[in-house]
Amino acid sequence: MTTPSAARTVTAAEASPHAHAIPRYISPARCFYWSLLREFWEHRSLYIVPWAVAGLLLAGFLIGAVRLREMVRAGLNLDAAQQLANVQMAFSTAALALMGVTFIVAFFYSLSALQSDRRDRSILFWKSMPVSDVITILSKAAIPIVFVPLITFVVTVVTQWILLLLMSAVLAGTGFNVAMLWTHFFLGHMWLMLLYHLVTVHALWYAPIFGYLLLVSAWSRRGAFLWATVPPLVIVIVEKIAFNTHYFSSFLAFRFQAGPEGGMPPNMLFMNSLSNLTPLQFLWSTGLWDGLALTAVFLTGAVLLRRYRGVTTS
Amino acid sequence: MNCIEARGLRKHYGATVALDGVDLSIPEGRIVGLIGLNGAGKTTALDAILGLTPYQGALRVLDLDPWTQRDLLTRDVCFIADVAVLPRWLRVSQAVDYVAGVHPRFDRGKAERFLARTVIKPHSHVGELSKGMVAQLHLALVMAIDARLLVLDEPTLGLDILYRKQFYESLLTDYFDATRTILVTTHQVEEIQNILTDVIFIDRGRIVFNRAMDDLESSCSEVEVAPQHLAAARALHPIHEREILGRRIFLFDGVNRRELAALGDVHTPSLADLFIATIGNQAYAAPAQPTQPASKSSSAPNPDQGVAQ
Repeated sequence: MTTPSAARTVTAAEASPHAHAIPRYISPARCFYWSLLREFWEHRSLYIVPWAVAGLLLAGFLIGAVRLREMVRAGLNLDAAQQLANVQMAFSTAALALMGVTFIVAFFYSLSALQSDRRDRSILFWKSMPVSDVITILSKAAIPIVFVPLITFVVTVVTQWILLLLMSAVLAGTGFNVAMLWTHFFLGHMWLMLLYHLVTVHALWYAPIFGYLLLVSAWSRRGAFLWATVPPLVIVIVEKIAFNTHYFSSFLAFRFQAGPEGGMPPNMLFMNSLSNLTPLQFLWSTGLWDGLALTAVFLTGAVLLRRYRGVTTS
Repeated sequence: MNCIEARGLRKHYGATVALDGVDLSIPEGRIVGLIGLNGAGKTTALDAILGLTPYQGALRVLDLDPWTQRDLLTRDVCFIADVAVLPRWLRVSQAVDYVAGVHPRFDRGKAERFLARTVIKPHSHVGELSKGMVAQLHLALVMAIDARLLVLDEPTLGLDILYRKQFYESLLTDYFDATRTILVTTHQVEEIQNILTDVIFIDRGRIVFNRAMDDLESSCSEVEVAPQHLAAARALHPIHEREILGRRIFLFDGVNRRELAALGDVHTPSLADLFIATIGNQAYAAPAQPTQPASKSSSAPNPDQGVAQ
């Protein structure tokens, strides 16, 4: 028979026999995975916007194809090369529009990624979880640098595939040479080019841009867009006034427009042959590794800012 | 090993001193209330303990350095800042999934059982829940984590009384045991008075009062002094004196109750009155007067003080 106090001791011991036992191990990869999911939960525009744009594009092309059919029926005879160029144009336009839109999505994602949770103070909840600042920053950097290009690729491939089916269906039996669409048109080839372009330019070449935006996002309390855009603009103007030079603007233009050697500009995407894929040349191009090193510096800065000024809300 | 051990903890933001040499020892298995006015340094102290801000001085939490070993510490420390910090876009089910995904000590079944007792639907967004429901959700997540230290910073701010009561009842019945420590700050002193094992008053970055609740009952007394005993009462160095509806109420710290019984009715003071006596003496005193810890040796009786309240 146990006395009440003895019974209480036993219960207390039983109540927490495995209290504070060795914790279940959670790998950094798993934390990273859940941090990524978290980003997609919060920023649903990352995948909704590309699909919505793809839908609008398809609707537009459908109308265009119907009009083309009417033209063909009306006896307007386009020569085969012209027909092919028109169709090719539609496919390029779809890819370019999607890339443009997803770049904008990635841009605004990066600006808010490290700021929104400080503004609604939910950073206090995220910081109470055993996920290090490094994993948080890496997961947020992976979105624009890895996942947005990936989403762009998937959405573009699906869109172009549907487009091909749509065009074939609408133009079949009009005298338009539908078979040409399938014989002269190597979607696989196009997709390889697209993937190459996305990896070299959108992921690797633009990485420092997103690194910079994430840094601004971690730094500014509000108005991240202004903080990201006005200072570079001011530098360009002041440089022009003070020295009458334009090094900084050329630097920006080089990053945004020129693209790396061997990286393939997007307008060439579908006209190029596979021999234009020159990954080796790309790997040695000026600015690629500098840019990646700069990205690492920006992200390190973002980690430190997250750590040192993370939860201050006022 | 103490759960929290601080020696000379200091922190300043520019010229503003937030923590001015805090010494603190909190053993395991305690429920400690950290009470102070706005800007007294409560949140800064919690931030330092949670490794959210760098500091000067020595601080160990669960035998870890919270700033440099934060990533280890977060496995054993839980934190509820106030009810509004779960993001509005998060779904209830996502919150559970996420914590289950990243927290090695989270018991998913336990969280789901807590949630089943509420009216919260798994598919709801946090933004659709009432403040009280958000608090329930956060508490369900936190109570399912087998942590050793739970830090609550104004956890019931803005909740109505029903949720406030439930919040602390759940904590006591379903969570607290001898191996856990809870550190809580709140303005609603009366509500936590009965659940605390220890109370700490903080004022202008310093700890001005630190007592186990059990000791409080034996050491602190509130006396309704009969008019003819006023002079005798003041001679015993009360820490506070006030007048309510013509009755004179004195607060004493460390004066024998038998001695006080001769002066009038003796009660144990409420934490709120004790807080006003301790902090009020200092907050409204002349600026030149140095900050004093509230103990019988240093508290100077100030008869004007009570009437001014």
